[in-house]
Amino acid sequence: MFLEFFYALRAEGVPVAIQEWMMLMKALEMGQHASSLTSFYNLSRACLVKSESYFDSFDRVFAKVFHGVEGEFSVSDELMQWLENPINFVELTEEERAALEMLTSDELMRRYLEILEEQTERHDGGGKWIGTGGRSPFGHGGEHPTGIRVGGTSRNRSAMKVAEDRRYRNYRTDVTLDLRQTKVALKRLRRLTRSGPATELDLDESISETCKNGGEIELVFRPEHRNNVRLLLLMDVGGTMDPHFWPVSRLLTALHEEHGLREFRPYYFHNCVYEQIYEDAWLLQDSAIPTGDLMRHYDERWKVVIVGDAAMHPYELMGLRGNINPRLEAETRGIDWLRRIDDHFQRAVWINPEPPAYWQRSQTANVIRSIFPMFELTVDGIEQAVSALIGARRVAAAG
Amino acid sequence: MSETPHNDEFNHFKGTDGYIASTALMEAVNCAIALERPLLIKGEPGTGKTLLAKHISEALGMPMESWHVKSTSKASEGLYVYDTIQRLNDARFGDGDVGDIRSYIKLGPLGRTFKARQRHVLLIDEIDKADLEFPNDLLLELDEMRFTVMETGEEIAAKERPVLIITSTNEKELPDAFLRRCIFHFIDFPDVELMKQIVDVHHPNLDAALLDQVLIKFYWLRGQNELRKKPSTSELVDWIAALLRSGVTQSRLEAHIPFLGSLLKNEQDTESLLEYTNRGGELPRKWEDLGPKFNQ
Repeated sequence: MFLEFFYALRAEGVPVAIQEWMMLMKALEMGQHASSLTSFYNLSRACLVKSESYFDSFDRVFAKVFHGVEGEFSVSDELMQWLENPINFVELTEEERAALEMLTSDELMRRYLEILEEQTERHDGGGKWIGTGGRSPFGHGGEHPTGIRVGGTSRNRSAMKVAEDRRYRNYRTDVTLDLRQTKVALKRLRRLTRSGPATELDLDESISETCKNGGEIELVFRPEHRNNVRLLLLMDVGGTMDPHFWPVSRLLTALHEEHGLREFRPYYFHNCVYEQIYEDAWLLQDSAIPTGDLMRHYDERWKVVIVGDAAMHPYELMGLRGNINPRLEAETRGIDWLRRIDDHFQRAVWINPEPPAYWQRSQTANVIRSIFPMFELTVDGIEQAVSALIGARRVAAAG
Repeated sequence: MSETPHNDEFNHFKGTDGYIASTALMEAVNCAIALERPLLIKGEPGTGKTLLAKHISEALGMPMESWHVKSTSKASEGLYVYDTIQRLNDARFGDGDVGDIRSYIKLGPLGRTFKARQRHVLLIDEIDKADLEFPNDLLLELDEMRFTVMETGEEIAAKERPVLIITSTNEKELPDAFLRRCIFHFIDFPDVELMKQIVDVHHPNLDAALLDQVLIKFYWLRGQNELRKKPSTSELVDWIAALLRSGVTQSRLEAHIPFLGSLLKNEQDTESLLEYTNRGGELPRKWEDLGPKFNQ
């Protein structure tokens, strides 16, 4: 049952390593679980799971694997499985094995089994367990040697209840996107270079210069490490983007508050990028600038993030008069503007607030995906987008 | 057969009078103490991550050493610093004992706890503030609790492995190799019952009806998904202090949220709440108004 738990966690995508598993085993050996399933739940989570974003997966696996453990619970299957553990000698008969266990890790074994049972008081010989086997070592030893702590059980609900509640659903990184998580994801968006005024003491150089100077102290300064990433954000607003207002707004806030960036400029468009792009999110006409100016103002080292659902009528993307604002009839097709942006800037990605299943059905999204790498608006998606912007592919020719 | 020296009363953390810990947290702390592993604490700001170390040190009667990590902190600073500049200066101007390199080796927080005779509680606060590689640079030292001072060849090994509490605010992700060595606990946002106990620690003998009103408003605010920054426990405690000092009555609290500034720290949040009330939006008065989650 325990190994099943381990592999079920891994199958669910929780990164559990042997090292952590051994840590849990050691904790159980020490009696840290205080013989209750709730404690076992807390203990195994503390040892095995290292991020709240996996708590939900952990809860689901826990509920599945230990389902029914709390109620009437037959031990025989689990006992057999436990005995199949490689530390046992397979050739031995049940009886011999039990005797061996009693001699070696009797204590350990008894505690393993105790956790299978919800128990809030002293374990007095385990009649329930013995009932099945008779000779099993688990009846031996009587009381719990360390005295069981019963602290705070009233305030806590049982482990199964907690696990089945799935209270950590909102911490899953592949589902929700809160501001803090977005910021964490964006933190990777940096490329450090030394630039600006020389304010940091260069110790090695100072010593070297001082020696050259015959012991007369000579301090050498150098510029500090600074993030050299400049980010250009092009964001689709209005229409089909309205349902995505909150997640998109959080992304925007996170970007605005990401002071690590060297420079950050947001621009807005509706539906697709055409002749004009807007500095104002309401697309006011006096905030419009020609899209061509973007390419003139910002050199190819700017990283471009386009946020949009990429969903429109195919004509609006590929047609010559695609702009849905009839006053602004376009000479250049939307798709050509997108290609120009991609040609001009070394790195550009598309972040789509719709789920990937939806892009595959959308004709225009598929066309746009052939131009820009497209990522989901989730923490995972943003992380992937950031590595696409920063990573080693398509390395710049200069510095 | 009954040898479990780690689990005795002596090294058992149960919270203190000034710190209410959930059972899960206590178990994580005790597990970390027993296994001699670092305990990594994460959680929303204001849930008492940093305070925990102080109270563990109080409860277990161990001295405490803390290391507040900054964005410029380097792993080696926690072990020791070799003050070259001072030595250079002394050599130039003839002060101090330049010949003895040991007088220029200054132990950092880790070094001091390793060298101490008594078991310490060591807090490494906000480890994620530092460079991404920072935790990796400490792996060996935290595993073996020993290091060598390069300049003198002296080895400093922990006589008593310190109880290591590490907090993280989730600004940067921590490396896997580091995480694998830690016991992890995520401090949940306290539920109403636990919150009442926490408030009681800070403001004892608060009128029950008033406290209910305070908590209804507080949890309602936290339930608003549009908020950019949700109020946390420490803000609640400050808010109650402000309310008490102004002598606010329970009936006034029913229809208003006075001293909003101590709960909401973001201008836009305050504005949208004012807009909501100006539009005639209702504030909750009873627990029933908060929906089924609070009325089980």
